[in-house]
Amino acid sequence: MSDAPVMQATGLQRHYNVGGGLFQKSRVLKAVAGLDFEVHAGKTLAVVGESGCGKSTLARMVAMIETPTEGSLTLDGKPVRAEDWADLRQSVQIVFQDPYGSLNPRQRIGTILMEPLMINTKLSRADREAKAREMLKLVGLRPEHFDRYPHMFSGGQRQRIAIARALMLDPKVLVLDEPVSALDLSIQSAILNLLLDLQERLQLAYLFISHDLSVVRHVADDVIVMYLGRAVEKGPKAEVFDAPRHPYTKALLSATPRAEPGAEKERIKLKGELPSPLSIPDGCPFAPRCWKVQPKCRAELPRLRGQPHGAACFFPENGTYPE
Amino acid sequence: MPLLRIRNLSVDFATASGAFRAVDAVDQDMETGEILAIVGESGSGKSVSMLALMGLLPWTATVTADELSFDGHDLLNIAPRARRKIVGNDLAMIFQEPMSSLNPCFTVGWQIKEALRSHLGLNRKERHARAVELFEQVGIPDPEKRLSAFPHQLSGGMNQRVMIAMAIACKPKLLIADEPTTALDVTIQAQILDLLADLRRDTGMGLVLITHDMGVVAETAERVSVQYAGQKVEEQPVGALFATPHHPYTGALLDALPERATEKKLPTIPGVVPGQFDRPAGCLFSPRCKFANDKCRSTPPPPLGADMGYARCFYPLNANERIAS
Amino acid sequence: MDDALSTEAEMVHARPGRLREFWFYFRENRGAVIGLWIFAAFAFLALFGPWIAPHDATAQFRADTLVPPFWQEGGSWKYILGTDPLGRDMLSRLIVGARYSFFVGVVVVSIAASGGILIGLIAGFAPQWLDSIIMRIMDIILAFPSLLLALVLVAILGPSLTNAMIAIAIVLQPHYVRLTRASVLSEKQKDYVTSARVVGAGYLRLMFITVLPNCLAPIIVQGALSFSTAILDAAALGFLGMGAQPPTPEWGTMLAEAREFILRAWWVVTFPGIAILVTVLAINLMGDGLRDALDPKLKRS
Repeated sequence: MSDAPVMQATGLQRHYNVGGGLFQKSRVLKAVAGLDFEVHAGKTLAVVGESGCGKSTLARMVAMIETPTEGSLTLDGKPVRAEDWADLRQSVQIVFQDPYGSLNPRQRIGTILMEPLMINTKLSRADREAKAREMLKLVGLRPEHFDRYPHMFSGGQRQRIAIARALMLDPKVLVLDEPVSALDLSIQSAILNLLLDLQERLQLAYLFISHDLSVVRHVADDVIVMYLGRAVEKGPKAEVFDAPRHPYTKALLSATPRAEPGAEKERIKLKGELPSPLSIPDGCPFAPRCWKVQPKCRAELPRLRGQPHGAACFFPENGTYPE
Repeated sequence: MPLLRIRNLSVDFATASGAFRAVDAVDQDMETGEILAIVGESGSGKSVSMLALMGLLPWTATVTADELSFDGHDLLNIAPRARRKIVGNDLAMIFQEPMSSLNPCFTVGWQIKEALRSHLGLNRKERHARAVELFEQVGIPDPEKRLSAFPHQLSGGMNQRVMIAMAIACKPKLLIADEPTTALDVTIQAQILDLLADLRRDTGMGLVLITHDMGVVAETAERVSVQYAGQKVEEQPVGALFATPHHPYTGALLDALPERATEKKLPTIPGVVPGQFDRPAGCLFSPRCKFANDKCRSTPPPPLGADMGYARCFYPLNANERIAS
Repeated sequence: MDDALSTEAEMVHARPGRLREFWFYFRENRGAVIGLWIFAAFAFLALFGPWIAPHDATAQFRADTLVPPFWQEGGSWKYILGTDPLGRDMLSRLIVGARYSFFVGVVVVSIAASGGILIGLIAGFAPQWLDSIIMRIMDIILAFPSLLLALVLVAILGPSLTNAMIAIAIVLQPHYVRLTRASVLSEKQKDYVTSARVVGAGYLRLMFITVLPNCLAPIIVQGALSFSTAILDAAALGFLGMGAQPPTPEWGTMLAEAREFILRAWWVVTFPGIAILVTVLAINLMGDGLRDALDPKLKRS
């Protein structure tokens, strides 16, 4: 197993033009404003952030549903271009948050699982079916489920089916867009176990997108914390969680409720709310809500510095900003 | 006399395939000024029991109870007109989706003033002053300006604050918060939970917090009632519940939390919540319980005493610790 | 080693099938059930009319012109609902006429729905400029009073039942286009469509296999409702002499033929009128029931 990343992104950006009627000039919304990361086989890169931080846009770019406005994405060292999507599709698949919306209600489970093979391979019907049945078993469902419709399944089972579909083409990278957020606690743990088990067996690279820090802490190897389209902190899980450098990461960690009544902890209260992504302030985007903001933060944009653990802050918590 | 007293509350829904019992023989007491959390997964009936209390269930639902009293009023046999007087005044509720709970056609100021007009009958000037005061109380910056904003111009957190302002406008004795922070981000969630706790401290109202998030429960609640498949399976003070759960379901639920995990593989609860067609004869949790035996599968266990957290279980967990202490 | 994962396999329990659930909600609506029975009778007459009718629908009994219904003086059991000015049996003509109305409904709905669904799907998936062009054309068609437009079309094509059906189908089609486009746009947002795209499904596959089956419920409801519109419009065209030509026992044409005898013989206009009314009402009631049962947005509880 070489150390080369399966997928690498450099300066990935995605902008949208919004508004722009007859009398209005359209404005540019920078959903993702420059992101670098690497995903390795058998490892999980978690992307954490609140709503509007651009993590879902990131998922759509990696899953080749949207083209990046700028920056590049490479898969196994080859650049990903819109023209090659059809060939590269098989290597990157996605699992969505809502298990109720992600399966076609008018298709049988078998058809759902065989569809990727039908479109992308020249396997015979019997081979397709054999492969689909095998996959059904792999994700912990029974053979008799093959001919049923999605509405006969519970949320957890549907998520298993969605995972099975994503794995049908033997992908190298699996984008998991909040895969357990819509599930009940008792089901959530079973799905997380399944995902970890599959990763180990198939050496999958996961891009795990979530807002739930306790889940991320459990599954991730590396973590990126995003705020308003930018990575504010990046590093190995243990370091990010135990010694966060960016004030936002620290606030996020302290705001996450822990299932330990009476636990002593200092909760950092953030002022105000997320600014509109259309009017991101100059300088550090977090500056208006930061409790240790300095004049420099409002004037200049801090870059993500430091390897392997870095933060985009001039005055980081556990360390200094290298000039 | 407790503020809220529910005895043997059951709710049945008529569906395409016969009756479905959403709430099954639930008892619940609630004192003034207390924070009670009702925890459960989807389908546990945690919201339905409170909606039944408010009289907000659709026509397909049948509510039966031995007692359903709030602040001395019998809410079971009350006339709709009298109920409307209590609901909204002494008994208020906020919901999960602040965006859809507010009418998008009117400004938030108009909506809160309308609530003030219909319940308190203040004049125009008083209404405005009270609305500004309420917005300040729930921590909305620049209230004068925000009064003339429409719901879509405010963020989810702000809208939830508006909903809370409307709910506390008549100084309710009991506020029911149904998943008030589920749709919000964690940093905003922390703000809203703090706000609710502060309001409880300042006004002395009771707070029922319906949630599925164990973290929120641990940090906010004082007493916790755990519901499973329509039944209340356990009730304990928050510290004791997390330390020594008595019902196996509570125990398994706590073990399944990723943050309590000791190894990579998480403990799981096999199976799913029983639905309409596979309701077990005995204990409702028996098909998924690792301790279940034939007795559990055939006989429904009655709730135990207060020392065992009213657990509906023949073989409660952590029984010895309790006896020893 | 696969067993480690299969332990989590959960039971799938028997839930009522879609059909049973549909019937439950449909039955809730009593008007719809009555409508369904009347519609069934109507369909039965349409299929077997000529064998049930007591007389030949076009046979003229010259000796018995304008005989009143049996309960009136001068009426007889031979002609239960009387005869028209040419001595044709009213009841037989009505029974056989059901066939034309039914035929009109089926043909018009099939043409309008298939064309409308196709154009709607294209509009839903097309780039914005093409979508705008299609929808503006549909708006223009909708801007004409429908009967007037149908009249113009028939005037161009020449009066006959076939041309009337084509004209009505063209007039009704924009409703299907709009409906299909709207449901396509809302279905397109859903994750399962995105999943199909990630898997590499092409546009044709997305349109017809992924999205279309999920848009059918409102279209079926619209189909039922426009069935009655088609019958009504065909009758109106027939009445104006632009639809079925005499001696076809089409209900609208029967009305037109009998116009001058309204004062002398009430039955020659009343019975075709009642036939149209009852059929259209029954189909509309049934359509309402279908909507209740198929369209979850309007479902009660």
